[in-house]
Amino acid sequence: MNTQAKPLLKLEDVYKEFDVTGGFWEQFRWENGRPVRKKAIVKAVNGVTFDIYQGETFSVVGESGCGKSTLARTVTGLLQPECGKIFYDGDRIDDLSYSQKTPYKKRMQMVFQDPYASLNPRFTVRKTLEEPLFFHYPELTREQRLDRIAEVMEQVGVHPAWAERFPHEFSGGQRQRISIARALMVDPEFIVADEPVSALDVSVQAQILNLFMEAQEKRGLTYMFITHDLSVVAHISTRVAVMYLGSLCELSPGGEIFNNPRHPYTKALLSAIPRLGEKKAKHIRLKGEVTSPLHLPSGCVFHKRCTYAKEICTQEIPTPFTAGDNAAVACHGVEQGWVG
Amino acid sequence: MKKYWRRFKNSFFWFSFRRDPVAIASFSILVILAILSFSAPWIAPHDVYESSSIDIMNSELPPAWMEEGSSDYMLGTDIQGRDMLSAMLYGMRLSILIGLGAVCLQAVLGVLIGLIAGYVGGKVDSFLMRVADVQLSFSTLMVAIIISAIFQLAFGLAKYEDLAVPLLIVIIGLAEWPQYGRTVRASVLGEKKKEYVEAARVIGLPRWWIMFRHILPNTLSPVLVISTVQVANAIMSEAALSFLGLGMPVTKPSLGSLINSGFEYIFSGSWWITLFPGVLLVTLVVVINLLGDWVRDVLNPKLYKR
Repeated sequence: MNTQAKPLLKLEDVYKEFDVTGGFWEQFRWENGRPVRKKAIVKAVNGVTFDIYQGETFSVVGESGCGKSTLARTVTGLLQPECGKIFYDGDRIDDLSYSQKTPYKKRMQMVFQDPYASLNPRFTVRKTLEEPLFFHYPELTREQRLDRIAEVMEQVGVHPAWAERFPHEFSGGQRQRISIARALMVDPEFIVADEPVSALDVSVQAQILNLFMEAQEKRGLTYMFITHDLSVVAHISTRVAVMYLGSLCELSPGGEIFNNPRHPYTKALLSAIPRLGEKKAKHIRLKGEVTSPLHLPSGCVFHKRCTYAKEICTQEIPTPFTAGDNAAVACHGVEQGWVG
Repeated sequence: MKKYWRRFKNSFFWFSFRRDPVAIASFSILVILAILSFSAPWIAPHDVYESSSIDIMNSELPPAWMEEGSSDYMLGTDIQGRDMLSAMLYGMRLSILIGLGAVCLQAVLGVLIGLIAGYVGGKVDSFLMRVADVQLSFSTLMVAIIISAIFQLAFGLAKYEDLAVPLLIVIIGLAEWPQYGRTVRASVLGEKKKEYVEAARVIGLPRWWIMFRHILPNTLSPVLVISTVQVANAIMSEAALSFLGLGMPVTKPSLGSLINSGFEYIFSGSWWITLFPGVLLVTLVVVINLLGDWVRDVLNPKLYKR
C-alpha cells in the first residue's frame, strides 16, 4: 500500500466490551459459601489497530460473532469504545459528545445490513432522504433539496418519480438502493457498509456491489466494507482484514490474501471457498468450536483450534508484524517460521 | 384532502371495518350516543341545571308508559323532580367529557414518560418505571378517594361543585398514566434497536427529533388500542367515584351520581332512577370496549382472525 498517503481513519488499540450480566441482583453468585459479585462481559473487539487510506476499499471479514459489526458501529460512533483511540482525518473522534460529532457525521455515513429494518416504515422515500439535508445543509431551499434528492435517486437507480412511496412498496434490493441514497445525501467521503448485500439475492447482490463501485468512482469514496462473504471480498477489496474473536489475524492487500494467505485461520477460511472443478475437497478442518467471547483464551485467541499451536501461543498474545508485501500477520508461528 | 380520503378508503382499516358488523354496530351506537349527549342543551326536554325549572312536586314520577306517569317526563323523574331523560343526556355528556379528558392527560403523561424512559434507558428508566410501579400498586379508587376528600375539605363544597370536572380529569388521569407509560416504553425498547434509528443517529439528528419523529409514530398503534379501553375505564372510574359520593355533585349529576342518587329508592319502588342511567352506562362502556377490541385486531396483524 502507498505508505505516503495520509490515513483517513486510524484505529489505535480499540477495545469494545458488552456487559451481559443483566440486572443488579443477577450479578451475585454463591461461591465457597459467600456471595461474590461477578459480571459477565463479552469482549467483542480486542485491541484492533489499523489505518484506512483515502480512496480504498477496506474489507473486514470473519465468521458470525467475531465482532465485525461491533467494529463498524464503533467506528461510526454508534458505540463508545472501552479504550483505544479513533482518529478521523487526524482528529480524535471517539471521546466527542453526540453533538460534537455532528461535523464528522457529514463526512462519514453508514449503510446497514437489513434493508427491511433500516428505513423508517412511516417515512416516504422523499422524507427519508430529505432529513439528512435538512440538518446538515439548512441553507438549501426546498427546491434545491428536491433537486438533490432526484439527482441522488437517479444515481442509485431508483426512479425519482417514486419519491412519494413508502418503503414497504419496494423490494429488498430497491430498499438497499434507497439506504445507499440516504448515506450519499450528505455527500460523505467515507462510508461504512455493514454487510450491505448479505440480506439480498445473489443476482441483486452483484447489482448493489456495482452500485457501490460506481459511486466510489464518481465521488472518490472510501469504504470500510464488513462482510462474511469471501466472493464479495474478492470482488471489491483493496485491502482485507481477517478477524477472529475480536482480534485482527491478518491484514493484506486484496489479491495477496487469496493467493498467499499466511495466518493459519486465514488459510482455513479460504480453503472453505468451494471451487469449480475441484476433484477432492481440500478443506482444512479446524478442531473444536469457536471459543465463547465471554471467556477468551489466554495468549493467541486462535490457539485452541490451531493445528500449529505451540507452548508460546497459549501464553503470549501475538502482535502483528509485517510480512512480505505490506501484509501484517498476528501469529507467533508465521513470525518464527514454523508455519509455512 | 381528496388524496387522504382516497388513501383512507383503500386502507385495510376501512376494509376490515366494513366487513365487521360488530364494529359497525358499536361505532354507530357510540356516534349516536355522543351526538345525543353533546347536543343535550338543545334536544333535552328540560334543563336540569336550571333549578327554577325543577318542581319538587314532580319527584319520583314513573316513566310515561306507567299508570302514574306523565307524558312530560318520558323516563320519569328522580327524587328532586328532575326529568330522567334530560339528566341522563347531561350526565352522559359529563361522563364522556371526563373520560376523554382523563385519557388525554394519561396519554400525554404516559407517552412522554414512556418515551424518555425507553429511549434514555439506564438509571432514568429504572427510576421512572419504579415510580410507575408504585403508582400502579395503589388502586385508582384509593388515590382518587384521598385526593377528592382532601380537596372537598380544603376548598369547601361550593367551590368543589365548580371544579369537580377538571379535578376528576386530573385524578383519573394521574392515577392511570402507568398503563401508557409501560406500553410505550416496551415498544420504544423494541423500536430503538432497529436499524432505522441507528441510521438516524449516524446522520446525527438531534435526540429529541429521533424520539418524537422516528420512534414515537412507530409506537402509536398500541397507544391507540389502549386508548379506547382506557376511555371506557375512565368512564367507569368516574361512575364509581360518583357512586361513592366523591365524584360529580348532585347538582351536576353524571351517570354515576344518578345511579347513586336512585340507589336509595330502588327498594321503595322507584327503580327507574337507577336502572336507566345504569343501562346507558353499560351500553356506553360495552360499545367502546367492543370498538377497542376491533381496533386491536386491525392494528395487530399477528392477530388476524380467519
